[in-house]
Amino acid sequence: MSLLSNTATLLGKELRTEFRSRELLTTTVVFILVVLILFSFAISPTTEESREFGPGLLWLAILFAASLMLQPCFLREQANDTLSSLRLAVSDPFAIFLAKLIANTFFLLLTETLMLPFFAAFYNIPVLPQVHYLLLVLFLGSLGVSIVGTALSAISAQARMRELLLPLLLLPLLTPVLVVSATVSVSLLDREPVVQWKGVGFLAIFDFIFLTALWLFGEYLLEE
Amino acid sequence: MTSLTLPPTGLRFENIDKRYGGLFALRRVSLEISPGECVVLTGRNGSGKTTLLRVAARIVRPTAGKLSFPGASTETDANGRPGYVAHTTMVYDELTAEENLVLFARLQNVPEPAARSEELLREVGLYDRRSSPVRTFSRGMRQRIAIARALIHRPSVLLFDEPATGLDPLGISWLAKSLGEVHRAGCTVVMSLHGESEISALATRAVRLDGGSVVADTNSGASLHSILAFGGG
Repeated sequence: MSLLSNTATLLGKELRTEFRSRELLTTTVVFILVVLILFSFAISPTTEESREFGPGLLWLAILFAASLMLQPCFLREQANDTLSSLRLAVSDPFAIFLAKLIANTFFLLLTETLMLPFFAAFYNIPVLPQVHYLLLVLFLGSLGVSIVGTALSAISAQARMRELLLPLLLLPLLTPVLVVSATVSVSLLDREPVVQWKGVGFLAIFDFIFLTALWLFGEYLLEE
Repeated sequence: MTSLTLPPTGLRFENIDKRYGGLFALRRVSLEISPGECVVLTGRNGSGKTTLLRVAARIVRPTAGKLSFPGASTETDANGRPGYVAHTTMVYDELTAEENLVLFARLQNVPEPAARSEELLREVGLYDRRSSPVRTFSRGMRQRIAIARALIHRPSVLLFDEPATGLDPLGISWLAKSLGEVHRAGCTVVMSLHGESEISALATRAVRLDGGSVVADTNSGASLHSILAFGGG
């Protein structure tokens, strides 16, 4: 019970601080928007090309935005050593990770949901017919990005060259999630949409495995 | 300032080593601190005072040795966790004083978190600024909120790392008075200090560290005064 109540309390803190400053949300929304517009104008794809390459570009933009969003996740706990006070206060350190990764997933999903209409407009792809499946893939993919990213953010925050370390560690580990998310998204946005349940299952299993690993070993990532 | 609801808790360090790479921050430290003692740690910069306090707070895991809290109820009981004041405030600058205290009270399952934070805000003299973000606070006010955060769950062990930092003479008097009350209530207090002050007058025992090892440990009048007066030198 204390894990859940601690997580809820910390999640409230994460949401409150972000909505008060709106630093991360503004940065990521602007970043994804710029990337999508740039690609759209640089390539000027036909509808067929958009269906084929658009989802890949969308996930690429999500990855870059996520690495921007995840960087300060643990870094800002260092300014006043608040990570130590959290570790002293919570009975299970996993609550710290859980709150952060739920907040990160929520912020990513919010950004993606805001970007979907722009994506549909710039790439001339109707997303509404498959929007429920697309949101499922965006959720599972973003959850995977957040789980791995939150864990790596905890590691990189304590290292030298921390700004470089997170993207360096993040890219290789997230390659499977991004490849599968993009592939499933391509099938969903095809002229004859198909739900690749194997891909969806892979994303769910990836999330489950990494979440379990974080639950088992997360405590060690928070140590000095 | 705080009423103790649990049997007093002591601290036992058994052959504690803490190594960062090849550097020993603590070397075979063994100390038995009885419940209700007020221990002052002294020593030069880099002697290991902060590391010892962080090990006691369980923020840093020792490389070797064992730390225990004789008399503590359970590990999961919030009151059994030490209250720790570090060099930094350990609170969120972007949150208000009240939000910070309520946050840490909720995390530690303090009954009626809002009432407890209000009580502490009044005691540390920040009630009028309760709705101001901590980033707008002066150094002394930040130290007061840091102390309030450490006391929020009514801990039975208090660990203070140079608690007078940033406080003006009035603030130091207030801290000495408050610590005295906490100590009289049965709380075990361990703090690092440089030199003698109103706060060091509370000490019942002084321990001097050098190079990560305990080099002097006394609770007798003259020796205690000598360690406190020249501990940093």
